[in-house]
Amino acid sequence: METPGQIRDRILARFSGAEVTVVTNPGPAAQHSLLVGAAHATAIATFLRDDPVLQLDTCSNVTGVDWPGREIVETVRQPLAPEEDADPAAPPGVIEEKIKRLVPGSLEVVYHLYSVALKHGPVILRLRTADRAANVTLPSLTPVWRACEFQEREVFDLYGVKFTGHPDLRRILMWDEFQHHPMRKDYVEPDDYEWEPTPHDAVLTKARRHYPAPPAAPEEESTP
Amino acid sequence: MLGSGLLQGLAVTAKNLAGSFHDPARYVTTEYPEQRTKLPENYRNFPFLVHDDPADPNGTLRCVACQICEKECPPQCIYIVMERDEKGKALRRPKVFDLDISVCISCQICVEVCPFDAIKMDQEYEIATRNRFGGLLLHREDLSKSNAYYHQIHPTEAAGVDAALAEQKAKQAAAKAAKAAPAPKAAATTATPATAATAQDSAISPAPAAPPPASAPDTPANPAPANPPPDA
Amino acid sequence: MSAAGELAGLSAAPGTTVRAVNDPFHGDLLEVSMGPHHPSTHGVFRMMVTLDGETVVKLKPVFGYLHRNHEKLGENTTYLGSMPYTDRLDYLNSMTNNWAYALAVEKLSGQPVPERAEYLRIILAELTRLLNHTCLAGFLLQDTGCSGTPLMYAFREREHILDLFEALSGSRMMCNYQRFGGCRVDPTPGWLAAAARLVDGYGRFLDEYEALITGNEILMARTQGVGVLQPDLAVNAGATGPMLRACGVDYDLRKVDGYGFYPRFEFRVPLGDHGDTYDRYMIRVLEMRESIRILQQALRDLPAGPIIDAKAKNRGLRPKAGEAYGRIEGPKGEIGFYLISDGGPNPYRYRVRPPSFINLTVLEDMCLGQTVADAVVILGSVDIVLGEVDR
Repeated sequence: METPGQIRDRILARFSGAEVTVVTNPGPAAQHSLLVGAAHATAIATFLRDDPVLQLDTCSNVTGVDWPGREIVETVRQPLAPEEDADPAAPPGVIEEKIKRLVPGSLEVVYHLYSVALKHGPVILRLRTADRAANVTLPSLTPVWRACEFQEREVFDLYGVKFTGHPDLRRILMWDEFQHHPMRKDYVEPDDYEWEPTPHDAVLTKARRHYPAPPAAPEEESTP
Repeated sequence: MLGSGLLQGLAVTAKNLAGSFHDPARYVTTEYPEQRTKLPENYRNFPFLVHDDPADPNGTLRCVACQICEKECPPQCIYIVMERDEKGKALRRPKVFDLDISVCISCQICVEVCPFDAIKMDQEYEIATRNRFGGLLLHREDLSKSNAYYHQIHPTEAAGVDAALAEQKAKQAAAKAAKAAPAPKAAATTATPATAATAQDSAISPAPAAPPPASAPDTPANPAPANPPPDA
Repeated sequence: MSAAGELAGLSAAPGTTVRAVNDPFHGDLLEVSMGPHHPSTHGVFRMMVTLDGETVVKLKPVFGYLHRNHEKLGENTTYLGSMPYTDRLDYLNSMTNNWAYALAVEKLSGQPVPERAEYLRIILAELTRLLNHTCLAGFLLQDTGCSGTPLMYAFREREHILDLFEALSGSRMMCNYQRFGGCRVDPTPGWLAAAARLVDGYGRFLDEYEALITGNEILMARTQGVGVLQPDLAVNAGATGPMLRACGVDYDLRKVDGYGFYPRFEFRVPLGDHGDTYDRYMIRVLEMRESIRILQQALRDLPAGPIIDAKAKNRGLRPKAGEAYGRIEGPKGEIGFYLISDGGPNPYRYRVRPPSFINLTVLEDMCLGQTVADAVVILGSVDIVLGEVDR
């Protein structure tokens, strides 16, 4: 099978203006992936499916991944301008400056594509949303592979990615009235609590918030 | 011929019906609780703690309250507090060892990660209780069972553990002896606190009579298991 | 059960046609909620079925009654701590779930597996396949209305396999047997002999079961030509496992990926011709016969040696940052685990590719135009376990 780099080159040759980059996987599995811009995603997916060399006729797995925005601290070293009366042999002074930079978060959808006809794979496609709040729209690949139908609904349900072009985009695992997206990293589970005799500190603290004192354990019933 | 498949199927059911009267392979029902099949040796249900001396079930627990099992337990059903003396010095044994078996998933990971062979899997399965809250939360006293009991339920595994522990002990003794030979004074000083600690142990824990394990050794063993387990 | 008044929305649904029927109920579509508490739905599965008379014109599966966010649990647990939870996905096939997860983690962290462990994995996976397909054959017959007898015969045999699992791993169904880099318990010679006895006798059980069922005219009438799945749709919709092979698509991961030591074994991949419910039943029976062949070879050639790699790391595993997708051919189809590591003790992302959930994508396509009683049989032939569908 072609390497992700070769596939990228062919896609770029075919679709001018498409954004495709190879995301290297540093782990031992070495399953590299292709990060595809949302604008051409459906066209690229159709190309990958119909291309006679690749024939990626099935999408095995659709995964949502949440990458929250994070702050990284970079240390920038700047040479200090040498003072006039300084000893020229002395090494020039260096000023270290710490710059905080906010890396914007995004939601990512990962598609694992395989070819049943040619028995090869996986080719991994990644689509990323612009951010995690307002612009969470991505094109749906369900028209290309029906296998994505339920899995994209699941990503919508658990991550909140809105797929345009999906025939039936509803919540699938959570109930319809549910408000949040529980697989996001910043999801806080609701503070509902039913007293149970687990002796953990965390659980007990939670219990005390809800009950001033835990309810008395029901009395042992007499054996009939 | 239409219907021959049906007749063939009926012949199979007839064979099974007749066979159920004389062929043990076709009549597999065990009439529990009058009859019990023998549990395989590897069978696991819920964990228990091993103690070495039945006279002092809480003082001689192998558990040193290192909390590795508490950290590794996938459903977080173990809760351990280490016992400390008045000065706050750790006594390397649990003051509280609670195990919520309504949460436990019997995965045996606590047994695998325990470096002291202190926690093992029990085979007691008749543990239904009428008190949902207290009855399924086992404390140190309920969990503490003797090494002899461990030998009874997992004979092969227990023999291996005992051998490993004996070897470890011999190694430690040898190391101690090697250390003690050049400096006998140091050895003497290290020995005193140890004996003091054991004395303190027995003083602190009054050894409450632990309830005998429900699956006591005198439980009538199954006279003739209808289905000998594959391991037998 | 409620008579649906809003017909306009229904007829507009893609792939459905509301046919005009010349009977007093013309135009009255009936919307039936089958499940979640329905004995035919194999658990808490629910189908919203719209009926025109007795014919299914629309079918929407409803999921989530057993949802416990298994994937979030996986993100909050260590790599080893997720292993017992994978047992609870497809609770009939904990051995293959364990293997798929172990395979994904081994890919992620680059751990080797000793030869004996690979053989043991194959032995246990094929025993699991026997177990699952035996159950399925029983359940499917139950769904056709053949109450009790075949299911009880199937369960009687399944019990022997469960006894083996219990003797080896300590638990009948929640085996928690595989570890990263090997297996947990080394079987005793007595266990191996018992397994060989079971495998040798299993063909006889299959012969008897087939005499009971396969030639049965009623079963043929109920299943042949029912729920036909077209091969192109099956591939496009991600159907895997026996579902896919019953349509005649030759795709078995044991041959394609050649994971474990499967390339060393001689076995065939049975394929169906028609893609109907009967083919899906027959595929399973034939796969069981191939599994017996694999088991005989594996038990004969089982090498001596360690069952877990000497450097295998399970507790406190912190794989280097990266990702891996590992998949195996489970009894229900391709079960895969996709893991992303950020170098920490817990996976950053832990995703399960559940075969029976994705196989349900084509349920509506197979059921359209069939009667409601056939929909039950078709669902039975998909072979779902709700622990995995809802996760």
